[in-house]
Formats: sequence, C-alpha cells, structure tokens
Amino acid sequence: MYARITARALAITVPAKAVKAAPAIATSAKTFSTSVSSMKADKKERVKVHFPGALDSHFSQVLEIREKMEPIDTFRVMDTDGKVLDPALEPDVTEEFATKIYKDMLTLNVMDLILYEAQRQGRISFYMTNAGEEAYIGSAAALEPEDEIFGQYREAGTLLYRGFTLDQFMNQCYSNDMDLGKGRQMPIHYGSKALHFQTISSPLATQLPQASGAAYAIKRSGKKNCVMCYFGEGAASEGDFHAALNIAATTSAPVIFFCRNNGFAISTPASEQYKGDGIASRGVGYGMHTIRVDGNDLWAVYKATQEARKIAVEKHKPVLIEAMTYRIGHHSTSDDSSAYRSKKEVEDWKRHDNPMVRMRKWLESKGWWDEARENNHKSQQRTAVLKAFAAAEKRPKPKVSEMFNDVYDKLTPNLLEQKKELEEMLKKYPEHYDTSNFTKEN
Amino acid sequence: MSSMLKKAIVVSIPSVRQALARSNPVLANALLAKRSYNSKGGVEMTVRDALNAALEEEMTADEKVFLMGEEVGQYNGAYKVSKGLLDKFGPKRVIDTPITESGFCGLAVGSAFAGLKPVCEFMTWNFAMQAIDQIVNSAAKTHYMSGGNVDCPITFRGPNGAAAGVAAQHSQCFAAWYGSVPGLKVVSPWNSEDAKGLLKAAIRDPNPVVVLENELMYGVSFPMSEAALSKDFVVEIGKAKVEKEGTDVTIVAHSRSVGFALEAAHLLEKEGICSVEVINLRSIRPLDTETIIKSVKKTNRLVTVEGGWPQYGVGSEICAQIMESEAFDHLDAPVVRVTGADVPTPYAQNLETFAFPDTDVIVRVVKRTLHKKIGAN
Repeated sequence: MYARITARALAITVPAKAVKAAPAIATSAKTFSTSVSSMKADKKERVKVHFPGALDSHFSQVLEIREKMEPIDTFRVMDTDGKVLDPALEPDVTEEFATKIYKDMLTLNVMDLILYEAQRQGRISFYMTNAGEEAYIGSAAALEPEDEIFGQYREAGTLLYRGFTLDQFMNQCYSNDMDLGKGRQMPIHYGSKALHFQTISSPLATQLPQASGAAYAIKRSGKKNCVMCYFGEGAASEGDFHAALNIAATTSAPVIFFCRNNGFAISTPASEQYKGDGIASRGVGYGMHTIRVDGNDLWAVYKATQEARKIAVEKHKPVLIEAMTYRIGHHSTSDDSSAYRSKKEVEDWKRHDNPMVRMRKWLESKGWWDEARENNHKSQQRTAVLKAFAAAEKRPKPKVSEMFNDVYDKLTPNLLEQKKELEEMLKKYPEHYDTSNFTKEN
Repeated sequence: MSSMLKKAIVVSIPSVRQALARSNPVLANALLAKRSYNSKGGVEMTVRDALNAALEEEMTADEKVFLMGEEVGQYNGAYKVSKGLLDKFGPKRVIDTPITESGFCGLAVGSAFAGLKPVCEFMTWNFAMQAIDQIVNSAAKTHYMSGGNVDCPITFRGPNGAAAGVAAQHSQCFAAWYGSVPGLKVVSPWNSEDAKGLLKAAIRDPNPVVVLENELMYGVSFPMSEAALSKDFVVEIGKAKVEKEGTDVTIVAHSRSVGFALEAAHLLEKEGICSVEVINLRSIRPLDTETIIKSVKKTNRLVTVEGGWPQYGVGSEICAQIMESEAFDHLDAPVVRVTGADVPTPYAQNLETFAFPDTDVIVRVVKRTLHKKIGAN
C-alpha cells in the first residue's frame, strides 16, 4: 500500500504556472470513455440537452456506460525526505512561522504520549492521539484566527496552533472546575468560543451540515472569513456528509471540508469503506471545487488550504480537500489496532512517510532546526505538559449545582425541583455522598 | 424521504379537506369551540394565517430570523404557511432547500451556533426523523455540553400528529418523543392565538424550541383578541391555559384534541351531567403541572386527551406527575387517558376514524369517570 502510493505521488510534477493560478484544482473532471473517437467525429453536430437537471450535457448516439472517472492527482510539495520537488513550490515563509508550526507538531506528540499513558493508568477515561496525521496543522496555519473551526475529534493540533493552552487541554481532560465545558463532556471534546473552535460533537458527521450553516451565517454577515470543517473518510459514509456537501454547494456557503483520509475508520479499511476514487471524487459530483493533497506533506496541506480559503472567502464557494494520510496510533484508547493491521505496516509508515520527519528535514535544510533544538523543545514541553497535567489533576471538580445549569438559558421548574431535591439529599446524608472533591457552592 | 411521497401529500390536501368537510366533525367542532369558549374579538384568523403573521412579524422585528425548508419560498410552503414571505424578505431570508432533512436541519443548527435565529420548517414532523440526531444530539445538548458557551436559538416547526388519509408514515404525534429531551422546549398550539403567540415566543426564545402544529387545524378560523393581533403578543412557553372553567372533572388536552375536549364539555353541560374544566396544555415541555394540580384539587377527577400513542405518552406523563404530587390525595377516581389507538395509523377512512379520539369517546369516558370511585370494586 505504502509503496504504491509513494511511487505514484512521486511521479507527479506540478507545473509552477498552474500552481500559481489554481494548484491542482479540478473544476471539471476529465473522463475515460470507450468511444472518444466516435464522440469527436460527431462533435459538430453535438446538441446540448434541454433537460433542467443537467444543463451541460450533450445528446449522443453512443450508449456510454461509465464506471470510472480519471483518478484525481495528489498534490505534494515535498518528497518523503522533506526535499521540495519543484523550486517554484518552495514555501515563502519566515523562520518564525515555520518553526512555530513544527514546535506545535512536537508539542502535540508530547501531549499525546502523556495523556495516552494517563488513560492507560486509569487517570482519565478516554483519549485520542494524532500520530501520523500531524501535518493537518498546516491547514490551521493557512486560516485566519476568526475562521470558524468545526472539528471531528482528532484535531487538537489546530487548537494548539490557535493558542489553546496546555492548562486548557488538561483541564478539559480532567473535567475540573477550570474546564471551559464545565466537566460535561468526555476527554478531548474541546471547545473554545474565543478561539472560534466549535465544541466537539461525538456523533459522526453532524458537524458537516452545521459547518455549512455557520458558513451561511458568515456569508450573510459580510465578514471576510470562512468555516473549516474536519472529518474522516469513514464519516464521509454518513448521510450527513452528503447532505452537507449538497447544501453547501447549493447555498454557496464559504466552507472548506477537510477530509483526513487516514486509511481506517476504527478497524474498517478505506478499501471496504467506499468503492470510488476516495472522497475527493464526490466533491466534483456535488459541483464543488476539489483538491486532493498529500496529507503527510505539511507544505502541501498549507498551500492547498490557502488556495481553498481564497475560493471560499472571495468566491463564496465551498471547497473539498482530501488529505491522504495514515493513522499511526490506535483509533482511540478504546481500540487496539493490532487486531486489524500488522505492526510492521504501521512501522513502515512511521519510517518511510512520516510528516514529522519530512517537516523536520525541510527545516534542517533551511538551517532553522537541529538535534539540539529538537531535544530542547521536547524536554521543555514534556516538563510543561507534566506540570499542567499535575495541576489539572489536583483541581476540584465543578460545583455540583452546575449539573443543572445550561440545560436551558434559565432553570425551568422541573430543574429547580430536581436541584432542590439533590441539595436536600446531600445535606441529609453527607456520609453517603462525598462532595469534598467538588467546588464548594457559594 | 422520497420526493414522490411528499408530492403526493401536497397534492392530496384539497381533496382531503373536501372529504373532511363532508365526513369529519373537525370543522364543526372547532366552530363550536370558538363560538362558545374562545377569546372575544371581532377579527377571525385561520391558524395558517396566524402562523404566517407570527413569522412575518418576527422576521420584520429581527434581521437574524430566517426561514428555511423544502418549498418554503417559491411555493409558499407545502401548506402555504410561509405565503408571501419570499416576496417580502427575499431569498437570503426565505431559503428553499434540497430534499435533505439532515442537511438543512444541520445547516440551521450550525447557523444558530453562529448567532442567527433560524426557523427550520419540516414539511411534516414525520420527515424530521431523518434529522432527529441534529435536533436531539446537537441542538438540544450543545449549550449544556459547551459549558453554556454556545447558544442554539432555533425554532423547529411543522405539522405534527394525525392528518387525514395519509396513513401510518404521515400520521403520528411526536410530542412524547421531543417532550422527553432535556434541552428542548416543546409547544403544541391548538387555535390561532396559540399558534401566533407560541410561534413568536419560540422564535424569541434563546433555547431550541420544537413547535408541533397540526395540519388539520391550518384552515380552521378562530377569533383573535385585540391583544393577539398586536405584534407584541406572545404566549409564555411552559404555561397551560384554562380554556373553560368547571367544577366536576378536569380534561387536559393539547393540539387538535382541545377542540374535542371543549365540545365534549359543552355536550356534558348541555345534558346537565357535569361541569367540566378544560385545560389547553399549550406547552409539552416544560410541562405546566402546577395548573393541572390546581385544577385536580378543585374537580377531583382527571381525564387526559391526546392524538398520540398511549405508551409513554403525554397522558402517561401527566398521570405520573399527578401520582407524585399532592393532587393524588384529592382524586376521587382513577385518572383516565384518552389516546390514539396503539397501532400504526391505518389508511382506510373508517379504520382511521377508529384510531383517534373524538368528542363522543371523551363524553363516554368522562361519564364513566364520574361513576368511578377510588377503592370501589
């Protein structure tokens, strides 16, 4: 699998001119046809149909049964050694900007490692790691801070990039009194109004039509922003995916749908998830600008998102990006991926096409990174994460009364009744209900 | 939902209505109700026009309010509730959508998260099942799950409950479904004042509100009070209305059943059998148990009426609430639920008629209740 993808992707060279204008954006799909010559022959007589449902079609005397469209190419900037393949694609960025991205990728790794272990030790109930997919941070780097983000769940890196602090991550995972979500959500269901990051919703794909709606609101407000919506190739099988893309296209909503195609939906491999040319081919079907990109290539992801953002914000049109990648970690702490893929396969990916390595080598080639800086940042972040972790673990849980707040804007009569009942019970039987770990009521 | 099905419904309405006028007591019942018991006023308005006025007034008052759904614009709505709104407010605020309930419902929810106040119309609540995840798992819970950081000021509306001649998949009540979900408010208007006041309250409410209208009531006219004609008129969510005072038995009903209950009350009093108090629930959630308890303490007898199924229904919840309240000690007879039959709605007209409560059934049940006593064999 690895060898095939790499070989094909390496063979592609992107002409510089095309990249500047609109890199690898397929506005119309080229097609395979069994009867190209005969179609050419009657080109002159070709008559457009008058049916309202497909205005660009022509009448033809050739019965065409189509199974495939030409596969959409995968845009890349760097090879697996972090070498830029076409000098015209050399990222025009500052050292500060590039190292910030890489530092966030490293911090994400460090945080994942510690919180994954914390779950294994039973200190938090659930966790999801980002290993193998860290290059999606490039998409966050291409957005403006006020672009709304609707995540699926494996996008902690975008929050990190926007400035969500280690304390905020830890407080959420520990559902303590400082958790912005007041301890009401499972770990990793982050949300931040200040950072324009919509609270994570567990049911798959619900965020997609909602992203179209938030994009509609942005369009109406006249703001020069867009919505970024992340999801996986598995979620793209949900009805909500199709509903969202269709309605985003028909309402011309400024939204970028970013598919992290990491090869697996928990245990289901992409080969069993769908039959067509990935997720990207569907974007064209919905009449949407579509890009397929090497999701392990940070600069390709960055460039693709930059171009997609231009289309969304300037033309008020949705864009679909399919980022091809490979999930190195287990799906979540509830999963053991060795049951459905070999350890060797995972190791091969880690060794041969690692987004961290590719980015690091690129930085080193610029003289912006080295072994010392790598070790220094890692140990610094490890200390910082452990400090935040210990602090969050020690903090009390939110007030018991918070259980009833925010169901509605105000407490309804039945909520007041329940609240009173609970208060009386806690007062009457303190020996049975230990609330010492909760924040005291005022 | 298949578009063919939907079209079939739309097309069948006029003929259904004609059939109704001939054979179904709904219209007569409602006319009687308004003559006898409703607010006094010179102006009459259909429930449809009352809903239309509510939408028009709230869209005029607040730029953030917009309407979306299938056929709401060009076609003026499958049931003409949104008539004239596209002309007045333009396609930016009256949006025709593709046939994708989860799509446009999710879009509406997302736009509410982003600060707009969408009114999401379902052609009927039956079709909203395709989008129930968006309503229950996203709209109802996000304010809570976000720690109160994300609001969802959205109104979901459309016809609910049994219609006429459209069979099982288009004739059912969702009051019990949505009424069980914390985070949602659920209202169920009966007459034109309810319809206007509750819809306006729903649109203004910062929480997600489910508005369960009734197709068979859309064309029925009711008088509108001076107050109800005002653009400031709202009906408070969570408060029931005593439509008619009485002393011997309380009937609690919602939506179309309120009309039957009032007619039954009228007949029972005309026959000199008993004095009936009729409570129009108006809100399913929050449930105004206070008004029901107060009434039961006065009349000592309670009958609930609804078009929904019996098991886990609105009547069941009222029974439970009364059992757990001080009103239980005031009951002289067991509470009785009058509900739809516990079967998918049949298509054949005679069977369909059997499947739902009407005035006669209510009269019989009330008479029986009067003769029952707790503890008696």
